[in-house]
Parts: sequence; structure tokens; C-alpha cells
Amino acid sequence: MAIEVRIPTILRTYTNGEKAVNAEGATLSALIADLEANHPGIGDRLLDDGDLRRFVNVYVNDEDVRFIGGLEAALNDGDQVVVLPAVAGG
Amino acid sequence: MRFDNLLASVGGTPLIGLPRLSPGAQPNGTEVRIWAKLEDRNPTGSIKDRPAMRMIEQAEQDGLLRPGCTILEPTSGNTGISLAMAAKLKGYRLVCVMPENTSEERRLLLRMWGAEIVSSPAAGGSNEAVRVAKKVAEEHPDWVMLYQYGNAANALAHEEGTGPEILADLPEITHFVAGLGTTGTLMGVSRFFRGAKPEVRIVAAEPRYGELVYGLRNLDEGFVPELYDASLIDSRFSVGPRDAVRRVRELLELEGIFAGISTGAILHAAMGQAAKAVKAGESADIAFVVADAGWKYLSTGAYEGTIDEAEDRLEGQLWA
Repeated sequence: MAIEVRIPTILRTYTNGEKAVNAEGATLSALIADLEANHPGIGDRLLDDGDLRRFVNVYVNDEDVRFIGGLEAALNDGDQVVVLPAVAGG
Repeated sequence: MRFDNLLASVGGTPLIGLPRLSPGAQPNGTEVRIWAKLEDRNPTGSIKDRPAMRMIEQAEQDGLLRPGCTILEPTSGNTGISLAMAAKLKGYRLVCVMPENTSEERRLLLRMWGAEIVSSPAAGGSNEAVRVAKKVAEEHPDWVMLYQYGNAANALAHEEGTGPEILADLPEITHFVAGLGTTGTLMGVSRFFRGAKPEVRIVAAEPRYGELVYGLRNLDEGFVPELYDASLIDSRFSVGPRDAVRRVRELLELEGIFAGISTGAILHAAMGQAAKAVKAGESADIAFVVADAGWKYLSTGAYEGTIDEAEDRLEGQLWA
């Protein structure tokens, strides 16, 4: 099971500069644990006290995970996960 | 329709059916229709006329704004343009803090209506404009920052205007789709429907820019508008420039509507909801916001050449 995870510029220090890495997990929570195992330190930048950090947005196939189960959002082979910092519009 | 002056004519925009982009009647007897709320028909050509007028009126009522006052606002364009028009008619000075990677047309329009522009760095996009504006506000305590990201009057303009207008025109509405910037449109329209027709699904389309816009900032320095209340939204989608450009061109090609690029992103999310309804075998009436027309974005190159070329040209630009 391979899921492509797109990494924002600020977190590429943990992925040797890679823009995207493959990871595994049936849920977002498991995926982040797998990311942490292969890229130590990255998990702490995404999570705070067991939840997604306030200014971190994670999208599964372009949908915000906070509206599809959060850390328990189900993932499938071939899904694309995008991590982005929250920005303003207007 | 007759109005006493231009400011009084804000709102009351048409809701237009999209017979060619809508999935239409289905074999199982259901029907899925998409409707465009043409907010480019406001006085300065964008939905931002609504919150801009409402925020100014509120500040006047609260005694914050008096003739001769200076208004300060961080804006990537449309809010600034709306405020500039109103400020000119009402006798205020306007200073806009704007990211330097916004289209030239927006700057020309702002200057035309007499606004002064303070540029903020491209890296970081509107986050940076907000930060710079807060600093300028500290240096000029007598200036009035309306602050669209946290001003309740922004959402109220949509709760009292946009929402009721849509329900009056489309009582059978099932979904409302709009862009997520200040979050004012979605918050206000959602509050209206949560009261008037709670089963209406509220869907947010958020533009996804190139990497430059997200900057090299620490993840703890991100920005979520003070107005944002996640419980008022049912789904939220991130839409990149490729899908936005593709949809904005379809809207022009199939329905004759010439919209701005952010509207392409909103339409993309609306089409997603339409496809979902068809798959589920359910009828749906999906209203989405045409935030502005395409005029201000002609120089971005989004409307000509291949989609690949357009996508490349939009890299690094704040296209929504």
C-alpha cells in the first residue's frame, strides 16, 4: 500500500529535500506514524497533543481531513495526501 | 431597478442556471442542477462590495469612522477595490496593504479610485499582508483598520444579503459552494441556512497556490481568520490552479460566463458535489458563487494557450 505525501517546503529538512515521499497507513494517524518512523521529527511538526496542529492543513485527494474524520480519516492505496500551512485569502 | 446612489445598489445579483454544465435529468428520475450567483454584477465587480459596505456602515454607526478618517486594510485586491470606491464617495482616505504578487490590474484599479498601496513581500502571500497591516496599524493608532478577517460585519453582509437572496431564488437548494478566503461568505451564508434550511450542505473551495506563496515560515506562524468556525462548514476542498483554469474555461466555453480564476476553483468543488449526487442517485440544486469576472486576470495568461502554459504562468501568483 503506497500513498504519496506531498511535503511543504518548510518540512523538507526531514525528507532530505524531497517534495513528495511514499508512506503507508490505513488511517491518517497510521500514515503519520509511518512518516515519523522514516523521517524522525516530522510527526512532532504535524501533531500537537495528539491532534493536528492548528496551522497545519492536511488534504486527502484534495479534501480537508478535518471534515472526513481527522486523524482517523481512512486512506486507500493510490490516495494523495497534501500537507500545507494555513494561509489567508481575501 | 432604481437606486439613490451607487452604494445603495450593492447586492440583488442574479442566479443563473447552467444547463450545459449541470448533469441535468437522470435515468432514475432525479435531477442535478448547478446555479451561478453572479457577484461580478456588484458596483465594483466583485462579491467584496457586500462586506466592504457593511463594514464601513458598521464602523460609522459605532462612531469609529468620521469624515476625513483614514481606513487601513490588508487585502489581495477585491476588498481593497470595494473599499476604495466607497471611501472615495464617502470622503475617507484608504491605505491598502497588498502582496506584491497580485495582478497589475488590481493595483491600477485601486489607484484609479484613489487608494494608496503599501506592498508586502510576495513570499507568504496574504499572511504577510496581514502581518504588515497590523504593524502599520500600531504606527498609526488614529487609522481605522476594518480587518475583514475578524470583522463580524463581513459575515453579516452575507447572512443578511447573499443567503436570503439565494433561498428566495432557489427554495429547493441543497448545496452552497463558495471560496474560502476571509471565510466571511461561507460563515454568513451558512449561519443563514443553518437557521432557514439546515439541510443545505455548505462546501468550501480553497485555492491552492504555488510553493512560494506558502513561504518558508514556521508552521506555527500560519493564519486562520478569526471569523472561521469549522462547525459551519460540511466539507472543504483544496483546488489547484490547473483545475481552476480548466473550470473557468469550461464556464466561458459552455455557458458564456467570463469569470475570475478563483471562480474556477469554486466551480470545480461544485461539479464535485454534482458528480457525488449523481452517483448517489439523488437530486441536487447546487448554488455557487461567481466571485468576480475575468477582466482583472487577463494579464495572468490564464485564458489563453494550453492549460499547462496557464498553470506555469500562475505559479507564484496569488490568483484568487
